[in-house]
Amino acid sequence: MAARRISSLLSSSATSLGRFSSWGRRIKSFSTAAAAAIDEPIHPSIQIDHTQLLINGQFVDAASGKSFPTVDPRTGDVIARVAEGDLEDVNRAVAAARKAFDEGPWPKMTAYERSRIMLRFADLLEKHTEEVAKLETWDNGKPYEQAAKIEIPMVVRMFRYYAGWADKIHGFTVPADGQHHVQTLHEPYGVCGLIIPWNFPLLLYSWKVGPALACGNTVVLKTAEQTPLSAIYVSKLFHEAGLPPGVLNVVSGFGPTAGAALSSHMDVNKLSFTGSTATGKIVLALAAKSNLKPVTLELGGKSPFIVCKDADVDKAVELAHSALFFNQGQCCCAGSRTLVHESVYDEFVEKAKARALKRVVGDPFKMGIEQGPQIDNEQFKKILKYIRSGIESGATLESGGEQFGSKGYYIQPTVFSNVQDDMLIAKDEIFGPVQSISKFKDLEEVVQRANASSYGLAAGVFTQNIETANTLTRALRVGTVWINCYDIFDAAVPFGGFKMSGQGREKGIYGLSSYLQVKAVVTPLKNPAWL
Amino acid sequence: MAARRISSLLTRSLSVSSSSVSTLFSSLGKNSGRNGIGKRFSTAAALEDLIVPPVQIAYTQNLIDGKFVDAASGKTFPTYDPRTGDVIANVAEGDAEDIDRAVAAARKAFDEGPWPKMTPYERSRIMLRFADLVEKHSEELAALETWNNGKPHEQAAKSELPMFIRLFHYYAGWADKIHGLTVPADGHHHVQILHEPIGVAGQIIPWNFPLLMFAWKVGPALACGNTIVLKTAEQTPLTALYVAKLFHEAGLPPGVLNVVSGYGPTAGAALASHMDVDKVAFTGSTDTGKIVLELAAKSNLKPVTLELGGKSPFIICEDADVDKAVELAHFALFFNQGQCCCAGSRTFVHERVYDEFIEKAKARALKRVVGDPFRKGVEQGPQIDTEQFEKVLRYIRAGIESNATLECGGDRLGTKGYFVQPTVFSNVMDDMLIAKDEIFGPVQSILKFKDIDEVIRRANNTRYGLAAGVFTKSVETANTLTRALRAGTVWVNCFDVFDAAIPFGGYKMSGIGREKGIYSLHNYLQVKAVVTPLKNPAWL
Repeated sequence: MAARRISSLLSSSATSLGRFSSWGRRIKSFSTAAAAAIDEPIHPSIQIDHTQLLINGQFVDAASGKSFPTVDPRTGDVIARVAEGDLEDVNRAVAAARKAFDEGPWPKMTAYERSRIMLRFADLLEKHTEEVAKLETWDNGKPYEQAAKIEIPMVVRMFRYYAGWADKIHGFTVPADGQHHVQTLHEPYGVCGLIIPWNFPLLLYSWKVGPALACGNTVVLKTAEQTPLSAIYVSKLFHEAGLPPGVLNVVSGFGPTAGAALSSHMDVNKLSFTGSTATGKIVLALAAKSNLKPVTLELGGKSPFIVCKDADVDKAVELAHSALFFNQGQCCCAGSRTLVHESVYDEFVEKAKARALKRVVGDPFKMGIEQGPQIDNEQFKKILKYIRSGIESGATLESGGEQFGSKGYYIQPTVFSNVQDDMLIAKDEIFGPVQSISKFKDLEEVVQRANASSYGLAAGVFTQNIETANTLTRALRVGTVWINCYDIFDAAVPFGGFKMSGQGREKGIYGLSSYLQVKAVVTPLKNPAWL
Repeated sequence: MAARRISSLLTRSLSVSSSSVSTLFSSLGKNSGRNGIGKRFSTAAALEDLIVPPVQIAYTQNLIDGKFVDAASGKTFPTYDPRTGDVIANVAEGDAEDIDRAVAAARKAFDEGPWPKMTPYERSRIMLRFADLVEKHSEELAALETWNNGKPHEQAAKSELPMFIRLFHYYAGWADKIHGLTVPADGHHHVQILHEPIGVAGQIIPWNFPLLMFAWKVGPALACGNTIVLKTAEQTPLTALYVAKLFHEAGLPPGVLNVVSGYGPTAGAALASHMDVDKVAFTGSTDTGKIVLELAAKSNLKPVTLELGGKSPFIICEDADVDKAVELAHFALFFNQGQCCCAGSRTFVHERVYDEFIEKAKARALKRVVGDPFRKGVEQGPQIDTEQFEKVLRYIRAGIESNATLECGGDRLGTKGYFVQPTVFSNVMDDMLIAKDEIFGPVQSILKFKDIDEVIRRANNTRYGLAAGVFTKSVETANTLTRALRAGTVWVNCFDVFDAAIPFGGYKMSGIGREKGIYSLHNYLQVKAVVTPLKNPAWL
């Protein structure tokens, strides 16, 4: 049901997925009816209609004529060849966005008109949920049920949410010393360059495009080279919903070419990037070196998931599992440091291992599958390298540890216990299905260890004690604290990082400020009745 | 186009008339010339051959707990066509017993849900679906509104229905954006604020904008998760029943919105004094507003929002664009047959432009097209009922007797229904009744002033404080007047710009609280502070 929040969907799917996994119990280690499924991938019954760049409302080839392959992570086979945008295409897209901003009609429309177009787009997208979800799973490898029942409804929901903001962007009138009348106007920035990653291609599309358009900006969007397909498809729908040409331009391509061109463009007024911390630093440096455009960054994480001694262990095990393994572990806010109090540690490790062994890995198009392949060969290799490093550094491998099957980029759900803070697997963002469990003794210690990270994106806290919850909430240096829950993504809840996890916030009312300039307007008052 | 704001619709229609005044008026003049009747007001013909409204009356019962039901007493009352005084339909007459039933339904729907327990997203979706349904039924609704109220059909269809839809789109968007604050406190405490629905809201709406006032009240109340008992005006019960039915088709659960038709002293008083109603919002006259507030105080001290009368100044400074000011001052007063609480009913004109203004204001009033509101191009229909009609004529006589100069109009128009000639008085003095009382009819009172300080003092010298218009090219004059005027809305070089996002309400005896915009949400939200100790906090 479209109206459910992602949180409730997740908790209900967590239960039902448990049911699926018990069906598979005959298979001892990983219950995947999978091996078979992986040999014979289900063919998604969908055509790839759009592979070109979308500039000024029209599909066009890359200026260079070049294209690049996008790959099915289940097999490594090519799905389609996509126009490869680079500097010249970014220039053209920015010119179109510039014109659409400077000449209108987008920023000159009433906010109501903008909101109506966004609402119509949400309705159209809702109608096409099935095709879009198929495209998302095919290109990304994530479970189809997750795409169709959680992510696309959430994208629809985000656009309805931001459609509602379009006509609710208030400035202030401001009290000033002396005889002056002061007001602030919240104005669109202009042309926004948006760079999105491959782990949630459409969700992150909605996090960025939604508020940027609601505020009256125009957009040049660069998608990840791994997952260019769904953004092109839905952007076409956006134009069908009445979006004027040039307002939303989509360029497929690679970071060092298209992404860098966008980041350094002198005519782009704002950048927003989601991806790795290493790339985020480059984006920020390019913005600084070019026109000093403001940058919103949503980067990596190594989020602690803290299980206190008074926690409901069964619930904590299940949520710590989904906090890490959700989306093949490819979440910037994955709970990748599971810190468990010593009094429940042994029980927790045993149950966490049992849960991982029951995880249903296989063809993401199959019903009941919890985990599909990793996104690509590079990520796949990187994760296996981290697993070897975990073993070599003396952590206890409780389950998994290897490739799953022999084709595509599947990895066994992997659990390490006895992980020490100085091990690589406790410090680096692995971005894969590898859970690292460590032991702690008291609150002060866990606060200090949880915060001893260059990241600060999110944290989970499991306790039944309100004082512990309140103490940890304030002490943790992170952008989101989930208490007795995890991965609650709601359109209204802001998301973003402390420290090297990023700058700024997305979603909610906070997400708007990334796309608004503030203009103070001051004029003298003659003989004012009051001040 | 649905996406246009009422303001832009209004400006557009105004700019047509002001930029090409001659074209528009000459074409209207042509019509009246062809009819050859009535030199002054181009109408009478239209009044003899009334258009049959293209709509059936489908709903006349009370809507309680999702069902149409007769009044407990079995009684009904007639509702009229103001063009003729003929009965349109007999409507169930709610009184205390029906209010009790409606409140019980609303109470249950609030306490047991599902409405306040739904996600705001679900509530917003139902409101959006409702807006879409109303859009589909705009034609019938506009016809019904005009039939029951007498307002020009073009105004109902092209301004008011789109604005109604727009308001529900707007409030649907608020449902999931109601933020509380977290609060810094001295000492080791964690403090957060919850903004909660109040519960059962009693809402009493007037007859001058039956659907728009429905939207102003029902929109925010439902967006905030409340349930409602709505009492409509006895003059105009029909459209609210129709749209409330559509709301249920859009998925509104039973009991969330209950509509009771009936009279103020019975149904209205029962609602205002009900011990199980948590909030009352009333729009109507200042006299009735006082009674509502008193009943609330005497019963359970429920908070009250009041949107009452006005005697709004429309100030034309010496540097104003006179032609534009004449057109807008005309519109500010005569719009909706002068039946606006914020009507610009004291037209203050600087002495330097006074004579020119009078001449042009009179000429404009003489050209005003009065007639069957269903006819295209008609600007003014009948007043709402015989009581208002008589009252307006009484004020006109008072104006003449007190020696104001009658520039035009001054009498009824035709012989049937409640039509009144567009009437302009000049040389109006502050102590005349027509300069002090709310006439609520097509009677413009023009006053002369000399300087800014004087006009501020005179403009503020009223028990009302709803709105004001300021016409000037000087940014300093505009800023000075803006702060000095004791009114809830100041329109600078415009008037009657009603936007979903702009708050509206009165100073002084024009009311309490604000409707529309973010401010209106406060009327329907309780504020709860939640405080808990912090042990060893990392920061304070």
